[in-house]
Amino acid sequence: MKIHKYKLFGKNIVIDVNSGAIHVVDDIVYDCLDYYENKSKDEIIEILSNKYSNEEVVEALEEIDYLVKEKMLYTEDIYKDMVINDNSPSFIKAMCLNIAHDCNLKCKYCFASEGSYEGKRSLMSAEVGKKAIDFIIKNSGYRHNIEIDLFGGEPLMNFEVIKEIIEYAKSEEKKHGKNIRFTITTNATLLNDEIIDYIDKNMGNVVLSIDGRKEVNDKIRIRYDGSGTFDSILPKIKKMVDKRDKNKQYYVRGTFTHENLDFYNDVAFLADQGFKEISIEPVVLEEDNPLSIKKEDLPVIFEQYEKIAMEIIERKKQGNEFKFYHFNIDINGGPCIYKRISGCGAGYEYVAVTPEGDIYPCHQFVGKEEFKLGNVFEGKIDEKLSNQFKNAHIYNKPKCMECWARFYCSGGCQANNYSFNGDIHKPYEIGCEMMKKRIECAIAIKVFEAMQDF
Amino acid sequence: MKHVKTINVGTLKASVVKPGCKECANSCQSACKTSATVANLPCEHN
Repeated sequence: MKIHKYKLFGKNIVIDVNSGAIHVVDDIVYDCLDYYENKSKDEIIEILSNKYSNEEVVEALEEIDYLVKEKMLYTEDIYKDMVINDNSPSFIKAMCLNIAHDCNLKCKYCFASEGSYEGKRSLMSAEVGKKAIDFIIKNSGYRHNIEIDLFGGEPLMNFEVIKEIIEYAKSEEKKHGKNIRFTITTNATLLNDEIIDYIDKNMGNVVLSIDGRKEVNDKIRIRYDGSGTFDSILPKIKKMVDKRDKNKQYYVRGTFTHENLDFYNDVAFLADQGFKEISIEPVVLEEDNPLSIKKEDLPVIFEQYEKIAMEIIERKKQGNEFKFYHFNIDINGGPCIYKRISGCGAGYEYVAVTPEGDIYPCHQFVGKEEFKLGNVFEGKIDEKLSNQFKNAHIYNKPKCMECWARFYCSGGCQANNYSFNGDIHKPYEIGCEMMKKRIECAIAIKVFEAMQDF
Repeated sequence: MKHVKTINVGTLKASVVKPGCKECANSCQSACKTSATVANLPCEHN
């Protein structure tokens, strides 16, 4: 597939898949593109003669010819050989550090089995954490930037160890000329003034979990006694965000499920609370779980994404903008093609480490023994398994090669592919459909901005 | 052009000249954790 065209918010948008060029076209060009590759000029004139005059179609075709000549439409994929012939070494430069395989909540959709990852509940020791820092510094080669996400379970259940690990990381990054950036993902229940100050000072990013409206959040994000967390966490999250250094990142992040398919209302609710960086993600659960996203939910979900996109456009007009994580596509920049064709990095650039020091391709593979890459105390990983992940890029995923969105999603989530299809090379179809819709919406917002339709 | 407004001439093709330094973040590190979108990462090549 060389082009993708769609209509959204009254605009006809055309994406040239391989170059990344984006065009807004009128109805005549939009219709001509249905036939341009397979029909002659005279045939197209004939086919469209009941809608447009000969002159109009000829003029439209001339403009398409021009875009083709200037390599902005129907361009070829020139990147495949770069990937196939890439023998450059891989370095591990991102890590999900599972500080706690334990949690003080019992969220109904938790992929980590309330933090335990289907194993025993445990907290990471400072010793393991420091070994993990040594491991990533040693395996990061000549990469300067290293990212470490403090994750769980609930990582703040192990706050003293977090402090020890970060102090160690700071001394080691200086010695080795690295820049280690920390993110923490927390359910916000344990935030207090001391922790808020510490996070603000030491974390490049903080991800604060809340699902949106009280009735939605409290149905799912519950304590062991069944009580909801909304009333406790919302003020804490607000305090964290208010105190946040404005040069540093934060995300207020929730999950939507089959039970709140009207999640536009949750995004709008969070925006109304004054949050500017919002992410609401689809739940990923096995098909028979009542909370899982079903194929038949997709039309409603698409409608919700469109409403969120329109809300962003409208609020921007009023000077009251917010950002929705999945719409943060920079059409004039963003990652280079080398990054886009190399996938998410799980298993060869990005790994997860358990409290016991075991290494997995990412947080979602934790506990799946066949995917264990090694242990931080050994200091190295299973190269063969790591290479399987490195080679699981779009050119080895037949479905991706037929998909217009391949340079935006880069092959999707390997863990989801494995969970649903038993193969990291076979994309999770429902995830793909949502991804494509999000990209369409993201690009439509950028089109509005570029055309200054505000 | 009368029928076409080009918003963007093609960032992907243009980025071939970059070195592919891979200093940018990994998609799951930011906020998603379940639904990687590589295209929304900022380039960090200096």
